[in-house]
Amino acid sequence: MGTRLTLFRLESRPEASKAMVYLSPLIAVGMTIITAMVMFALLGVDPVDAIATFFIEPISTLDGVTELCVKATPLILIGVGLAIGFQANVWNIGAEGQLIMGALAGGGLALAFYDQGSILLVPAMLICGTLGGLAWAAIPAWLKTRFNTNEILTSLMLTYVGLLVLSYLVHGPWKDPEGMNFPESRMFHDSALLPVLIEETRLNVGWLLALLAVAAGWVLISRHIIGFQIKVIGIAPLAGTFAGFKEKKLIWVTLLISGGCAGLAGVIELSGAIGQIVPAISPGYGFTAIIVAFLGRLHPAGVFFAGLLMALTYLGGDSAQITMNLPNAVTGVFQGMLLFFLLASDVLIRYRVRVGRRNIHTRLSE
Amino acid sequence: MSVEWLIPAMLTIVTAATPLVFAAVGETVVEKAGVLNLGVEGMMIIGAIAAFAMAVTTGSEVLAIFSGAIAGMLMAFIFGVLCVYLQSNQVATGLALTIFGIGLSALIGHSYVGNTFVGLAKLDIPGISDIPIVGPLVFGHDALVYFSILSVASVAWFLKKTRGGLLVRAVGENHDAAHAIGYSVTLIRMGAILFGGAMAGIGGAYLSIAYTPLWVENMTAGRGWIALALVVFASWKPWRAFFGAYLFGGITIIQLYAQGMGVEVSAQFLSMLPYLATILVLVIISRDSAKSLLNAPACLGKNYHSSG
Repeated sequence: MGTRLTLFRLESRPEASKAMVYLSPLIAVGMTIITAMVMFALLGVDPVDAIATFFIEPISTLDGVTELCVKATPLILIGVGLAIGFQANVWNIGAEGQLIMGALAGGGLALAFYDQGSILLVPAMLICGTLGGLAWAAIPAWLKTRFNTNEILTSLMLTYVGLLVLSYLVHGPWKDPEGMNFPESRMFHDSALLPVLIEETRLNVGWLLALLAVAAGWVLISRHIIGFQIKVIGIAPLAGTFAGFKEKKLIWVTLLISGGCAGLAGVIELSGAIGQIVPAISPGYGFTAIIVAFLGRLHPAGVFFAGLLMALTYLGGDSAQITMNLPNAVTGVFQGMLLFFLLASDVLIRYRVRVGRRNIHTRLSE
Repeated sequence: MSVEWLIPAMLTIVTAATPLVFAAVGETVVEKAGVLNLGVEGMMIIGAIAAFAMAVTTGSEVLAIFSGAIAGMLMAFIFGVLCVYLQSNQVATGLALTIFGIGLSALIGHSYVGNTFVGLAKLDIPGISDIPIVGPLVFGHDALVYFSILSVASVAWFLKKTRGGLLVRAVGENHDAAHAIGYSVTLIRMGAILFGGAMAGIGGAYLSIAYTPLWVENMTAGRGWIALALVVFASWKPWRAFFGAYLFGGITIIQLYAQGMGVEVSAQFLSMLPYLATILVLVIISRDSAKSLLNAPACLGKNYHSSG
């Protein structure tokens, strides 16, 4: 083997770098901001101005901070659920569909009681919502454990089905009879709306439930036997099987947890932030939560911070649209870029980068 | 049932199937090389907007198709650098590619909403294309339809009969052995990934310049994912993926004609058919786990690093 020109090469670390696990998300955020500034400059916008509009302006008021929490609520809830599944190598990609089915289950209950108030309505809706998401996630779980079907594809296909169910209901049976033929349901009864935490804002009890999910997820992963089994199966499936862990049971558990979280997020979004069933319940929270889970290092505490950051990209997209006339699709570009940079920086966890042209072949031939 | 009804139906099946054929055949080569690129949807949608933008700006069909292919390749290049060189998780990177692609296409497409394009020209050989039944069915398609069939045939031949195809398969079955006998796993995989990207890009281009010649956000509507399912369904065989795509084209078309014939089902339920069919197909093909393991490339989804 002759000399091969390489700009850099990767050298395995004897042990995964703990520091890099936490540094890599920060590197990724930094790289995303630099790239975004270049992108803005190319679009003919002052980059410093644009970054300020995107990341600082939206949270410079109390109203903005509460909106950040409202947007972060579904992201954190779903992110915690997905992180648990991803640790076990169970790839639930259909959280968006589970969110919608949860919203429909809870929202359907609210519509059934649209003219009657009850303090039991909100708790019942939350339970129905969770069960709705759970049921939708049970389908890929059943298909995977019974027929060995790839859960990535089935959960994703079910997302499209869920979106069509929503579209059917708001255009058909659940359309507001007094609504001028708009594809929207009736407004919910006041007692079907989540209690607000700070007057005059949209910050609601859902935020507390998201915090609770972070705590519960943490306990499950680090203190509960199920959490231990999830980690073992994820890292070394054979070792897990030898230890007698039931892989099928873990597939069920992780899919049901993530589906339930997504369903809960859906009904919270509906009854906390929207107040009726509309054709577009979520701006892709179920997909963004995948990024949240990775950025948060598949750890509930990390998911919390990642959820806030991702929520900020939604607010930033809106504010860039209003003040700078940029399409709010910029948000999706930001989010995708962030995940690319994160995955690229993650190479530093297991490898060292060596610059230079020497490689293993030349060393052998010396 | 009259023949006048049947011919347009069959022509529509062909146009609905063609984007899937491109994407699925490209991904077959990628997966044969041992790489699972879940970003097909993202590459397709970027191909769709790149082709449409080029078509609207220049009016040239050829340039539009090329720009779709190149855009898909650029997306695939990002994926390849991350997975092949930087050892990132293939599942996560593929998802990132899809999320990024949908966002970026919406950003680029923003200024193209509402534009129209005449659409890809159909082949028209005087005298021959006018023959009843055979004329329109065999000689009445646009150039990309013929190109898609040609690409299936060439990929099938390449994988089965050529030295290059053998290398691709070797890298997918056992990357350590392929490396040990002196082949560059990284280069072969990069090549396969770029090919897959170009094909997905052309598939996307077909959607935006031939199937429905306009730009709509998210217009791929899961076709990239269906293409991924087709690869599994086809047991990584190009011709089977081709027939699978036509089967799906047929299902997509049912919704159009069922409504035309006055079937009393909501449009939304008919639109669910392709997605439900995908699930059904996956169930049928995955049921026998021993058999599906036998067909899958042994190194599928596993990263390769020469220092082990």
